[in-house]
Amino acid sequence: MMVRMTGAEAIIECLRREGVDVIFGLPGGVLLPLYDAIYSSDLRHILVRHEQAAAHAADGYARATGRVGVCLATSGPGATNLVTGIATAYMDSVPIVAMTGQVNTNLIGKDAFQEADITGITMPITKHNYLIKNSKDIPRVFREAFYIARTGRPGPVLIDLPRDITVDELEFDYPEVNLPGYNPSTKVHQLQIRRAAEALMAAERPVIYAGGGVRYANAHEELFQLATRLNAPVTTTLMGMGCFPTEHPLSLGMLGMHGTKYANLAVQEADVLLAVGARFDDRVTGKIASFAPKARIIHIDVDPAEIGKNVRVDIPVVGDAKNALAELLKHVQQKPWTEWNEKILMWKREYPLRYVRDENVIKPQFVIEKICELCPDAIIVTEVGQNQMWAAQFFKHKDPRNFITSGGLGTMGYGFPAAIGAKIGRPECEVIDIAGDGSFQMNIQELATAVVNDIPVKIAILNNGVLGMVRQWQTLFFGRRYSHTTLGDVPDFVKVAEAYGALGLRATKPSEVEDVLKEGLASDRPTVMDFVVHRDEKVSPMVPAGASLSEILELDS
Amino acid sequence: MKHTIAVIVENKPGVLTRISGLFSRRGFNIDSLSVGATDNPAYSRMTISVEGDDVVLEQVVKQLSKLINVIRVSRLDPDESVERELAIIKVSANKDTRSEIMQIVSVFRARIIDVSPRSLIIEVTGDEKKVDALQQMLRQFGIKEMARTGKVSMVRGSKVVQTGP
Repeated sequence: MMVRMTGAEAIIECLRREGVDVIFGLPGGVLLPLYDAIYSSDLRHILVRHEQAAAHAADGYARATGRVGVCLATSGPGATNLVTGIATAYMDSVPIVAMTGQVNTNLIGKDAFQEADITGITMPITKHNYLIKNSKDIPRVFREAFYIARTGRPGPVLIDLPRDITVDELEFDYPEVNLPGYNPSTKVHQLQIRRAAEALMAAERPVIYAGGGVRYANAHEELFQLATRLNAPVTTTLMGMGCFPTEHPLSLGMLGMHGTKYANLAVQEADVLLAVGARFDDRVTGKIASFAPKARIIHIDVDPAEIGKNVRVDIPVVGDAKNALAELLKHVQQKPWTEWNEKILMWKREYPLRYVRDENVIKPQFVIEKICELCPDAIIVTEVGQNQMWAAQFFKHKDPRNFITSGGLGTMGYGFPAAIGAKIGRPECEVIDIAGDGSFQMNIQELATAVVNDIPVKIAILNNGVLGMVRQWQTLFFGRRYSHTTLGDVPDFVKVAEAYGALGLRATKPSEVEDVLKEGLASDRPTVMDFVVHRDEKVSPMVPAGASLSEILELDS
Repeated sequence: MKHTIAVIVENKPGVLTRISGLFSRRGFNIDSLSVGATDNPAYSRMTISVEGDDVVLEQVVKQLSKLINVIRVSRLDPDESVERELAIIKVSANKDTRSEIMQIVSVFRARIIDVSPRSLIIEVTGDEKKVDALQQMLRQFGIKEMARTGKVSMVRGSKVVQTGP
């Protein structure tokens, strides 16, 4: 039997049917009817202080749980404030549904108050988007949107909701998805799998290069089995951290610009490179012409357009990472530990990730090591820049859903709101945002959201008073001309935390780090831990932009 | 190198924007694009002429296929396809030149569809080269205005690009 209801009520019903338990949003004029329906529903709504944070929180929730994250913003500026968050999710293939208010359908195109063409604006940064012009389309569009967001290569979908369609009534019917132009491929081509298996079996110097696609497909167990069966070393991208345990003898850690020297050396020496759920980003490959020069490349990806986009591929395999790896496992047998493995162990001993310890000044890497020691099962969320790279390098990653970072877009200000979303999705886990003082200030207002809603995320600021990554490049490539990268000693983050009603702690000496962390981690409140670190500590090693992966600089501070 | 692709799309608002936006964002060059109805009102057919090597073409096809409103993308091999373009050209003409123009028009099997004391409008259909050639011949008389449709294309023989899903 069909039930008659308003558009706003239908939206709530759609969210309920899609299993949505929380949305992140901020109301506005055209959203009043929808917010009124939310008021009388049992849907959990987290009120943010800036819409950008709503998008990042939905994204953090999605990455931590594997479910679709949902955010809501009003028309015009509310909608445009979501844009950075949507673009972040798009670059990292994160399933979110963003709902935006829109002016009444009869005012669209008239430059009405708070009107913005948000479907036009977000076309290049969404997997798909919709402008609903008739309330009867609400159920179909919502069902399609969630389906598109979570299937195939996941991604953000935006739904623009003119005010009048949320008021108009409709007969609610939730139709099956019928999208003739959308057939995400999950089944893999058997012949290609056999070719890939033969290449891997014949390889003398294999390397597996795993990306975020392994995480999204929950393929980490298959990856582990394949790597151990082949005795093939595994390097992961930033998005793939945690898909293979960093402590395992076959682990090479991260590759690319700030990857380990041994990962980059291994890729450059490999005779077969198996890329799984990764997209040969420029930060990974360095100079493309000299990337993995000796290797036959096998590329497994759920998105056919990624295959052959950046590098020539010898054996393409279109399909979901889990299915493809499971199929590959049927065709490969146990291989012995070889000279290649020994060579890699030697490289690992010779070129470990390292930093110079200091008795008097806190080293940011030391903070990360201490966090890992005290809280090895935490969900680590990062901001962007040096903090992000140190978190990738010095935390011992082992769980694919416990490292959350803006990789593709590199969005400063992402970490803290994403941590809020992750904590809501997995409240039983400790969630720690490893931040820089620059990035944290980009969404610092969300301390209010965390405090008011009692979301006890922990923020560890590696406070160097500068935009550290940019400063590092200025040091190395611009003759130490520090153009506009010095932020100064403001604000006092402890006082800011206290002003919001959060706990604020500070460490200025290495000897204080552990106590601050222990107190912060023991707290049941949102907590800001301000670690005052050296401003000239650098992320090392480094492959300069545009250089070959073989040209690795080891930097001392 | 020039390639021609036929794209079957859902007949919905914004689809043309999605396609043209994709081309500009990914840096693909469109030489010509024409859109029109199919015999199924739910779908339209686009013929897009693209400049680029095989790697570019492969990306164009794959990226287009990712769009939710795109039902089918087919590469049309120029050696196995018929291509047609229509142009209407307004040319300066007076009593001294009119008959010479009419002779050229007749050689090209084009048609005159409007006559006035100082101008003619000529309609021509053919492949791109033929339209280019006529345009070249008419230039000496003074082309006042020209409108070209962009080409439409179809594979010869019984092979078809299915319209529906």
